[in-house]
Amino acid sequence: MHNLTTLTALGDTKPRVDTFPHITITENDGVALASVAARVGKEAACQKVLKKLLGAVPETGRAVLHDPEAGFCMGPDQWMLGAPKATHEMIAVQLKDLFGDNASVTEQSGAWVCFDLRGTAMEDMSERLCNIPIRQMVAGDARRTVIHQLGCFAIRRTDVDHLRIFGPRASAQTLHHALLTAAHSTA
Amino acid sequence: MTQKNRLSGGQIDQNETHSFKFDGKTYQGQKGDTLASALLANGVRLMGRSFKYHRPRGVLTAGSEEPNALVELRSGAHQEPNTRATTAELFDGLVAKSQNRLGSLRFDAMAINDRFSNFLTAGFYYKTFMWPKAFWEKVYEPIIRKAAGLGSLSLLDDPDVYDKGFLHCDLLIIGAGPAGLSAALIAGRSGAQVILADEDFRMGGRLNSETIEIGDTSGADWADAAMAELSALTNVRIMPRTTIIGAFDHGIYGAVERVSDHLATPETGKPRQILWRIYSKHTVLAAGAIERPIAFENNDRPGIMLASAMRTYANRFAVTADQRVAIFTNNDDGHRTAADLHAKGVKIAAVIDVRADAPSSMDYEVLHGQVVDTKGRLGLTFAEVKLANGTTRTLDVGALGVSGGWNPNVHMTCHQRGRPVWNETLAAFVPGGELPPGMIVAGAANGDLSTHGALHGGAQAAKAALGLEGRLPKLPKAEDAPVNITPFWYVQGASRAWLDQQNDVTVKDVKLSHQEGFRSVEHLKRYTTLGMATDQGKTSNMGGLAIMAELAGKTIPEVGTTIFRPPYTPTAIGVLAGRHTGQDFHPKRLTPSHKWAEERGAVFVEVGNWLRAQWFPIEGETHWRESVDREVLAVRKSVGVCDVTTLGKIDVQGTDAAEFLNKVYCNGFAKLAVGKTRYGLMLREDGMAMDDGTAGRLADDHFVVTTTTANALPVYRHMEFVRQCLAPDMDVQMISTTEAWAQYAVAGPNARELLKQIVDVEISNDAFPFMACANITICGGLRARLFRISFSGELAFEIAVPTAYGDALMRKIMDAGAEFDVTPYGTEALGVMRIEKGHAAGNELNGTTTAANLGMGRMVSGLKDSIGKVLSQREGLNAEGDLRQVGIKPVDPNDPVPAGGHLMNADGPVDAAHDQGYATSACYSPNLGHAIAIGFLKNGSDRMGERMRLVSPLTGVDVDVEIVSAHFIDPDGERLRA
Repeated sequence: MHNLTTLTALGDTKPRVDTFPHITITENDGVALASVAARVGKEAACQKVLKKLLGAVPETGRAVLHDPEAGFCMGPDQWMLGAPKATHEMIAVQLKDLFGDNASVTEQSGAWVCFDLRGTAMEDMSERLCNIPIRQMVAGDARRTVIHQLGCFAIRRTDVDHLRIFGPRASAQTLHHALLTAAHSTA
Repeated sequence: MTQKNRLSGGQIDQNETHSFKFDGKTYQGQKGDTLASALLANGVRLMGRSFKYHRPRGVLTAGSEEPNALVELRSGAHQEPNTRATTAELFDGLVAKSQNRLGSLRFDAMAINDRFSNFLTAGFYYKTFMWPKAFWEKVYEPIIRKAAGLGSLSLLDDPDVYDKGFLHCDLLIIGAGPAGLSAALIAGRSGAQVILADEDFRMGGRLNSETIEIGDTSGADWADAAMAELSALTNVRIMPRTTIIGAFDHGIYGAVERVSDHLATPETGKPRQILWRIYSKHTVLAAGAIERPIAFENNDRPGIMLASAMRTYANRFAVTADQRVAIFTNNDDGHRTAADLHAKGVKIAAVIDVRADAPSSMDYEVLHGQVVDTKGRLGLTFAEVKLANGTTRTLDVGALGVSGGWNPNVHMTCHQRGRPVWNETLAAFVPGGELPPGMIVAGAANGDLSTHGALHGGAQAAKAALGLEGRLPKLPKAEDAPVNITPFWYVQGASRAWLDQQNDVTVKDVKLSHQEGFRSVEHLKRYTTLGMATDQGKTSNMGGLAIMAELAGKTIPEVGTTIFRPPYTPTAIGVLAGRHTGQDFHPKRLTPSHKWAEERGAVFVEVGNWLRAQWFPIEGETHWRESVDREVLAVRKSVGVCDVTTLGKIDVQGTDAAEFLNKVYCNGFAKLAVGKTRYGLMLREDGMAMDDGTAGRLADDHFVVTTTTANALPVYRHMEFVRQCLAPDMDVQMISTTEAWAQYAVAGPNARELLKQIVDVEISNDAFPFMACANITICGGLRARLFRISFSGELAFEIAVPTAYGDALMRKIMDAGAEFDVTPYGTEALGVMRIEKGHAAGNELNGTTTAANLGMGRMVSGLKDSIGKVLSQREGLNAEGDLRQVGIKPVDPNDPVPAGGHLMNADGPVDAAHDQGYATSACYSPNLGHAIAIGFLKNGSDRMGERMRLVSPLTGVDVDVEIVSAHFIDPDGERLRA
């Protein structure tokens, strides 16, 4: 076993939590991610594996919130799959074993920062942050969007006051600042 | 101080008094007042000075169409010029001052302009200030700009914060008057997602200004009840203080919500305003109508206002501009004002109606005639009336209400090039032609000027927009009076009758414009400035059009309107910027070892939003060159480490991955062995060099492509274009992994010795030779990637780990390298070493250079097709004596060789015609002890050793230089293969 330790996207050893009366912003450091893209001519086979793994193939604009693996659609025949980092640190290898030559799998754990927004002001905050129809979205709806000029994914989770945002990890501080600003603004 | 013109009733809070200052004097107003209504209540009619002639002006309107009562609101950095007193919500402690004056408002020295009005007609400066030509920019224009204009800027940074936001709905209703509320009730009850927006702080529109009844209750109470019902519906978002500023493509509307403008002190963290982008499937435009004035001699004195505004002040704000009032009208609506004010106890001197068949009154005199002149230096004192029988009457009044009819508010219907159509009955333009998709117009905005018409139109519009089935519920009973109007635009014979009070445009100016050949309505606007500035001619354009029509012998619709453009009302630049200001102008990208670099005092530089360590100063170093020279020497002597995470990384997989790279790179990749890396040059479609980098083959169907930092995105975009559009049949999948991996260059003679302590694999020259690559593990098991590539020209490796481990790896490298005095180096040292090595970078890949220019012409493979190959063979790009990359060194080692300097023959003339080339990148080489540069020189490959001049006439540089190989250090590459 190696002895290298990790830092979170915000540069600390522990995830950051910001609590307000109306919203809690949590840096979620526990999600392992990998992208899955169907090989040309192997789309059906790829989807078959996806269905077996998640229970369903995430459709356009949708996520399948399966446990422990979940996934959302990123584009035509492209998905992002996530799972708890504690059990899926090697998620790309694990998925490649499952998909074989039916898909190209790329580790993405380090590419993204994940923030969970939970609270009564989640929808108000979302409206200040990004152009998604948050009030019309239902659990499992996923949108590619832009927050403070950063390409992000926003997924409405099962709890009605929960929105998960994936943003570019290198800009985690900028994204976090945007979230805090929106939290203050909607207080 | 007493509010001498305050009436009883109204929708203000008579029990809550606010104190405010105007031009330094303290006044009292009531909660629910605007600044304008509060000033009127205090007997203040004079509120501003006009644009050109500095004539005294008071309020003309009670809404956002106000041309006159513009003030500078708040103070210091918060000061905002050109704020309409008619929409500024009064709060305790409000501070405002009048603008566009020299001296006090009562004694404005610039009022002298009015004495010279005969010389200052429309376009006077075009004719007057023609000679001498040079004086225009330096003398005339500055003076005119200083003399004219509206408010002034504080010239301080705006301390307020602004937000942006996005809303989505089924139905957007613009305007919360009777039509808007009626539409909202129908839509809200249906369960649709509804947004109801109104620029006013009190919803209800004209219902708040009138005494008419709806059902058995007053219009204002009906509006309150409707708002109470709508507020209880969770599917209805009510947005007061929100102006829809534009109708844009695809059902998108811009809206500015004034969150804090009505507060003395905005709440911490809260924005002053929010710019909303509203995505709506359907829209009901219920923006009402705007009354228009009649032009007559001296019709601009404070106290003269629109009759409807007078009614608003009386009924809503419980204010009269004066206790002695007259009304001048051409339609029945003007009589409403007289009746309402009379009921409030205000003395109505007379109603002057241009129509012979005007309604009569038992309560006041109705005169058949016209107002032909007025008197009063700083406010109206007398109105002179010429009766139809030829006699004249002088009325002793302090306020005069003018009603020339109503213009439906068609503005928003025209934002996508729609044009309104003329309605003879109303003598006004109404919405017509092509409306923005999804828009239905209702109520007064659609020409339905009665209350019943508004209620019915609003309800019908909501039903139609949402496709609701069934009959409409029964609407409450409301007045349904027809429009009785005799079009009347201006009083004949008047010379100084004001059409556009904001821009000081008179009837005479329009006539002069016509006389001088400006026949198009757009030309009229530009020549006279009619309809420009903050009010955009909402009260003035129709008068101008009518006079133009009369002069041209056309009808008004034949003359047409100018183009309506967003924003509907003035919009602060700050709200367009939102939070994207200062430090937050654009995002920052931090590398995984940013924290570590900060701890070491790194000096950062922005590169494509990345913050990269430029150099790492140590104690005693006072100049950046000391740090950079030290870092360069340390790398070449022992070993250094540099964070290269920022280089673009693209994961390319698929059975056709190799073939795909063969297509996008000009050199061959199909036969690259697994475990090997190759330098690649990418060309644009036009054959010019686009970017360079490396591609490592990790498996038969798996490559990792690297790009330059700055070009990471363009290269990825280019490759996606090729994948999706040019090679859709290839089995290739790509995704950016730039941020997924932390990557460090470990360079120098001791690089291998250092890394041996970290990696779990054999990395001897035999086991891991130059240009090798592999998936490996480090530190006993962490997955990593290792590449044997070198930008510095030294023995070098680039090692990558998942981003979260980047900080730990950097610290590990520093620990392991301690015995070799490992030195962290930044982008400056990196730049010096790549120039010493003659490696091209952004300065050389500048969009104008070819592979041949870069000395890489032979890399463009003739054995395969690739993007840019054919066009790179163009004759013009392959002429005899073309530019070639060369090295440049000074003859005198003490001389600089600045980048940007141009190469000239040693004994030839120095001019553009004899330009031989230019230096692109330069630095001081601590290894060579003098400055060096690389650049491009005509026929450069054959001119080694030639003496030339490097000149920069603009900066006074003229240096004798020698042309040498661009490879200043280790030209045979022995170090990097060690």
